[in-house]
Amino acid sequence: MRIPVKAVGAATALLLSAPAFAGWEPTKPVEIVVAAGAGGASDQMARMMQAAIQKNDLMKQPMVVSLKGGASGAEALMYMKSSEGDPNKVLIAYSLIYMLPLSAKIPFNWRELTPVSVIALDQFVLWDNSAGPKTVKEFVDAAKAAAVPFKMGGTGSKREDHVLTVFLEQKTGAKFSYLPYKSGGEAATQLVGNHTESNVNNPSENLEVWRAGQVRPLCVFDKERIAYTSKVTDTQSWADIPTCKEEGIDVQYLMLRAMFLPGKVTPEQQAFYVELFHKVTQTVEYKDYMEKQALKPIFLTGKDMMQFLEEDDATNKSLMMEAGFVAK
Amino acid sequence: MEAFGLLLHGFAVLLTWKTLVLMMVGLVLGIFVGVLPGLGGPNGVAILLPLTFTMDPTSAIVMLSCIYWGALFGGAITSILFNIPGEAWSVATTFDGYPMAQQGRAAEALTAAFTSSFIGSLVAVLLITFLAPMISSFALKFGPPEFFAVYLLTFCSFVGLGREAKHKTLISMSLGLLLAGIGMDTVSGQLRMTFGSSELLRGINFLVAVIGLFGISEILLTMEERLALRGHAASISLRVVLSVWKDLPKYWVTLLRSSFIGCWLGITPGGAIAASFMGYNLAKRFSKDPESFGKGRIEGVFAPETAAHASGTSALLPMLALGIPGSGTAAILLGGLMVWGLNPGPLLFVEHKDFVWGLIASMYLGNVVGLVLVLTTVPIFASILRVPFAAVAPMIVASCAIGAYAIQNAMFDIWLMLGFGVVGYVFKKIGIPLAPFTLALVLGSRAEDAFRLSMIGSGGELKVFWSNGLVGSITTLAIVLLFWPAIDGLLARIGWMQRSRTISR
Repeated sequence: MRIPVKAVGAATALLLSAPAFAGWEPTKPVEIVVAAGAGGASDQMARMMQAAIQKNDLMKQPMVVSLKGGASGAEALMYMKSSEGDPNKVLIAYSLIYMLPLSAKIPFNWRELTPVSVIALDQFVLWDNSAGPKTVKEFVDAAKAAAVPFKMGGTGSKREDHVLTVFLEQKTGAKFSYLPYKSGGEAATQLVGNHTESNVNNPSENLEVWRAGQVRPLCVFDKERIAYTSKVTDTQSWADIPTCKEEGIDVQYLMLRAMFLPGKVTPEQQAFYVELFHKVTQTVEYKDYMEKQALKPIFLTGKDMMQFLEEDDATNKSLMMEAGFVAK
Repeated sequence: MEAFGLLLHGFAVLLTWKTLVLMMVGLVLGIFVGVLPGLGGPNGVAILLPLTFTMDPTSAIVMLSCIYWGALFGGAITSILFNIPGEAWSVATTFDGYPMAQQGRAAEALTAAFTSSFIGSLVAVLLITFLAPMISSFALKFGPPEFFAVYLLTFCSFVGLGREAKHKTLISMSLGLLLAGIGMDTVSGQLRMTFGSSELLRGINFLVAVIGLFGISEILLTMEERLALRGHAASISLRVVLSVWKDLPKYWVTLLRSSFIGCWLGITPGGAIAASFMGYNLAKRFSKDPESFGKGRIEGVFAPETAAHASGTSALLPMLALGIPGSGTAAILLGGLMVWGLNPGPLLFVEHKDFVWGLIASMYLGNVVGLVLVLTTVPIFASILRVPFAAVAPMIVASCAIGAYAIQNAMFDIWLMLGFGVVGYVFKKIGIPLAPFTLALVLGSRAEDAFRLSMIGSGGELKVFWSNGLVGSITTLAIVLLFWPAIDGLLARIGWMQRSRTISR
């Protein structure tokens, strides 16, 4: 569903007190552009930042969330591309900036945007219904033995969820029918309703149904376990989920969550946002969010960020090639 | 009765002067955004959401749910007065609402719309209050085959029960399905029919199309008919309201049927649109005089409005209980909840009882206060029709353009809207119905996705649509409705006509 979010009137601006900043600062309400649907992981993160900025008075102008999830997020990318020179729009990006141009030949290159900072890394977890197999081994065995292939729910086609499914097939020898839903939330509900046997949602997308005991995390696609040890359900914390590698499936994938401005903005404008998002990562709201949704906190900017992006781009490209998802 | 006690507590919290004032403000703002075509509920709530960040959660919920009610009520106003549906689910309201306004019965139509919105919403809120836990498990039964079956049912009921010539309905529906295919295809991840244009990536927005097809084309037609808007001075007084209410009991079957359809479809995401069309079609089917529908029959306003609002309201249930927004507005409310640190999901009803019941209580109050407020404004809105067309038309065109632009902040959409205006004009001239076209445009890609996901999941077996009682009965019902005229004729021929009529009533 595409929902536009319009600029807020002066009324809201008046409600906010004005912190002092040197140099450039926005003169209009700032739009956080979300390349996904309402309620997905990107949207939740954007709302968190909106609230963190507003509650801690980090910026004079209000911040509004603009959902541009049309065309599997391509809408947001083209919107940023066409907003060259506009410093009042900031994209909350994830791996689609590498993958969409490859799979759907969208005329977009992230190097045309202005990088601000990488603010988090998101995990992927293999989940099944709590009535299903209890361990990775049982799950793989059941998937191999199934007469009709197990259904794997995911978000979008030829994207991170789909790539993970392909690698899961390669490493285990089991076959899955991949069902591309419109959002991670939908993939979660469909798993609870037993319409799929598994999904590879981000922690935030399955958190609530996990807490309600409706789904079970089998393993996390990372080199090491998630660091958070406080209990999420009655018996388990994020740290209790084994890595897929421990369970014999050597597949790893971490997804960036990064902020970008449109191309051709001034260095002062870029510097303002680097500072702003640095402050956001210091807030209680951000820290709580990282822990609750099991994200890896990180803050990269400038050269470090460019290096990270180039490497990440190369990794994603080779994964996409290997999975056979690059359009000819 | 735990639910009842919690609800009463919710009311107690809300009944203060401060909250009542916030309610009024929310409702007025909501009606205002609802009246602007395209701006509608989702945008209204979205624009005003940040206003509530500085409020305490209770005030914020009250304010937001009142904006929501206001926008719902407001949407009916433009549908009836100018043939411009503000929300997808208001399309069916224009079928009889607009003819009524043209016959000088605008006040009557508005009263009917507001009253049935109220009734539909009330039934749905009652449902939420008492059946919440059971209903959310019903919503979980819907996988791709079930979703496809529901969409199929909507399409089939249109073809089978429609008044227009079948081939015209099919032509119109096919064109809509074709346009619905434009943009990114979720299942394959490929672009379709965009011809290298980045504007077409997004696909054709339904509301942009509707504003053009209904609003702009209507202006064109009226201009052709020598600048005379056929709305006449309506008899504007409280008596109209009372006389409509007096006749209400006569339509209890329609109201009940529509409420039922609405609640049923509302808890399956995206069902509100299907509900309003089905409510209308079934009312027509079971009417003694189906010919009079579409020519200004009050039942044709009652049926879709009740269904749309019952489902719009019950759509909040899957949002709260499952975190899946059933409508655009529900999606924005979902965003709001997360800002206040409330994560919608199965545990929300357990961990945040006070919040949930506060919200439900504010839905009752907002609905009642909203009804009173809009009814007192009926005369004002109805009198808009007395303003000369030459003065009103530019304002309508301007507000259509603003609405179309605001949906995605895209200039391209204004051109698209004008293009659809011309298409709508041509369709009306050559007698092709617009409704199947809009229905296909809004449900087409969802139906397609659901069908293809079902096929992937079942390995290409069509049997999946009869794989359990739920999906099997919906699919069968759809096919029966598709061939209804033939079946009906057959029944008549073997002399069962009398009996089937008695049963259906």
